Amino acid sequence: MMNLRQFLRGARLVAALAAALSIAACANLGGQNGQSNASAQATPGSQQDFLVNVGDRVFFDTDSTALSAQARATLDKQAQWLTNYSQYTFTIEGHADERGTREYNLALGARRAQTVRDYLVSRGIAANRMHTISYGKERPVAVCDDISCWSQNRRAVTVLNASS
Amino acid sequence: MKPSTFDSFPFSFVGPTLNRRHVLAGAGAGALAVLAPRRAGAVLSIDINQGNIQPMPIALPDFVAGTPGEAEMARNVTSVITADLQRSGLFAPINPQAYIEKITNTDAVPRFADWRAINAQALATGRLTRQGDGRLKVEFRLWDVFAGQQLDGKQYFTSPDNWRRIAHIIADAIYQTLTGEKGYFDSRIVFVDETGPKRQRIKRLAIMDQDGFGVRYLTRGDELVLTPRFNPSTQEITYMAYGQGQPKVYLLNIETGQREIVGNFPGMSFAPRFSPDGQKVIMSLQQGPNANLFVMDLRSKQTTRLTDTPAIDTAPCYSPDGKYICFESDRGGSQQIYVMPANGGPATRISFGQGRHAGPVWSPRGDYIAFTGLIGSQFAIGVLKPDGSGERILTEGFHNEGPTFAPNGRVIMFFRDLGPGPFLYTIDITGRNELKVPTPSYASDPAWSPLLS
Repeated sequence: MMNLRQFLRGARLVAALAAALSIAACANLGGQNGQSNASAQATPGSQQDFLVNVGDRVFFDTDSTALSAQARATLDKQAQWLTNYSQYTFTIEGHADERGTREYNLALGARRAQTVRDYLVSRGIAANRMHTISYGKERPVAVCDDISCWSQNRRAVTVLNASS
Repeated sequence: MKPSTFDSFPFSFVGPTLNRRHVLAGAGAGALAVLAPRRAGAVLSIDINQGNIQPMPIALPDFVAGTPGEAEMARNVTSVITADLQRSGLFAPINPQAYIEKITNTDAVPRFADWRAINAQALATGRLTRQGDGRLKVEFRLWDVFAGQQLDGKQYFTSPDNWRRIAHIIADAIYQTLTGEKGYFDSRIVFVDETGPKRQRIKRLAIMDQDGFGVRYLTRGDELVLTPRFNPSTQEITYMAYGQGQPKVYLLNIETGQREIVGNFPGMSFAPRFSPDGQKVIMSLQQGPNANLFVMDLRSKQTTRLTDTPAIDTAPCYSPDGKYICFESDRGGSQQIYVMPANGGPATRISFGQGRHAGPVWSPRGDYIAFTGLIGSQFAIGVLKPDGSGERILTEGFHNEGPTFAPNGRVIMFFRDLGPGPFLYTIDITGRNELKVPTPSYASDPAWSPLLS
């Protein structure tokens, strides 16, 4: 018969496993963040290369359009990659989490997209290669109704145009 | 509806007119003969300005059918009237099983003692008859049970498929006679119907009666649509849609389905609303990091800038007299409500209560501005007066948003999303009577039409 100590150890294991699973689920929801095993196979200069080896998105604090150090590092990598592969045009999508009103979030998403646009221009990317669009709170990627999801939804995503 | 006219000549057709173009084409209305002499003294009424109202007990026996074939429609008309009055929170319809007198002749004076015995204060009787030409004749009389007198009596002619509208119009007449305020039942809601998973919501414009019946879809769901608003004077709405490229403000004629882009702006245009005369659309234009307010004259197509700030100015709404605009701006650091002259000029901040204030909407009565309040992690629906005084929160929680006023300014509709998806709710401006509005699926961004007649 299982004693209490064994039972607790088992319970801890189950709890740890559950936590690991939920993190994995969240990462999947966030999508295409460059942590995929596919990085080895991505052809340099392909859209897959951009997604997995550069990272297509940066995240923002609540109600903020400021770029964090991590966001600037991602955008520096994006700028380098976009300099190397100058055939791409792209759209910067600005998004907000659901904790704002509809109209304000449309403008906030536009501001976030504009911030990324301005940063990439400052890193030498031609402005005529990029468009911006705001989706406000209309296109969440994570939908778990708590802080871990909201932080994934406050984002600007650089989307390479398929036809370019 | 115009005020009721007890003293007009019987069947004179000088009473209320149903002037709304197509919906009730060929409809007519007139005053019914007063059956009992009016007495001096107090007339039955509800003072709806009081904070805590006792709903008025009212008896609404099924309308009498002209022939047995009309019995079902007569019952349905009665139940729509009953539901309207009950949902207003101002009336307490009495259980029909308690009724003593059975109304069979609406041209006879009721036995008031029978209605006093069940504590009815008001009694509405009616009759529905199909005419030789196929039209319906619907008559009603409203009685003050304790004074023993007729308060109102009207008749309406319309095509049978308008029976719901006639019921709402009669409910409005009863509401108006007993409260002294115009009703709001003969009105519609345009809203965004939401289906599909949260990450890939399909949003369609839809329109329905204010009680949730008669839902009709105006777009197919192949593009994202947001924030529809009624034109106060025609069958037209303005809204924002993601067509090709940048999202834009559109006009849509809800009868013909014809649509057009409002203006030709390089960036995103959003948060549209009509002027009270329906001749202009006010909206936000995104310019770089800033959103500013612009107005476009729909006839001349001329666009005028109203604000020029390094801020997010959005959610503009005219005062009912068209002289002022309220809007939200983060120019002072966080979303707050400002009021400025309709032609632009200095804007005055009016919201100083707790938290942020967004999405202001001016009551058709002019007395209040409703808003979405962001207090900590809560989203509240509140009202304040246009001078900023008298701020009150009507309902709060996560997540309430997007108030819109009923045509009489007494009720606010909004949407509430508890997580999986939003639904529509109404609350009266005292914050006492909150109700869910039935919709086929998730629903958001409601906008209440003016009265249809």
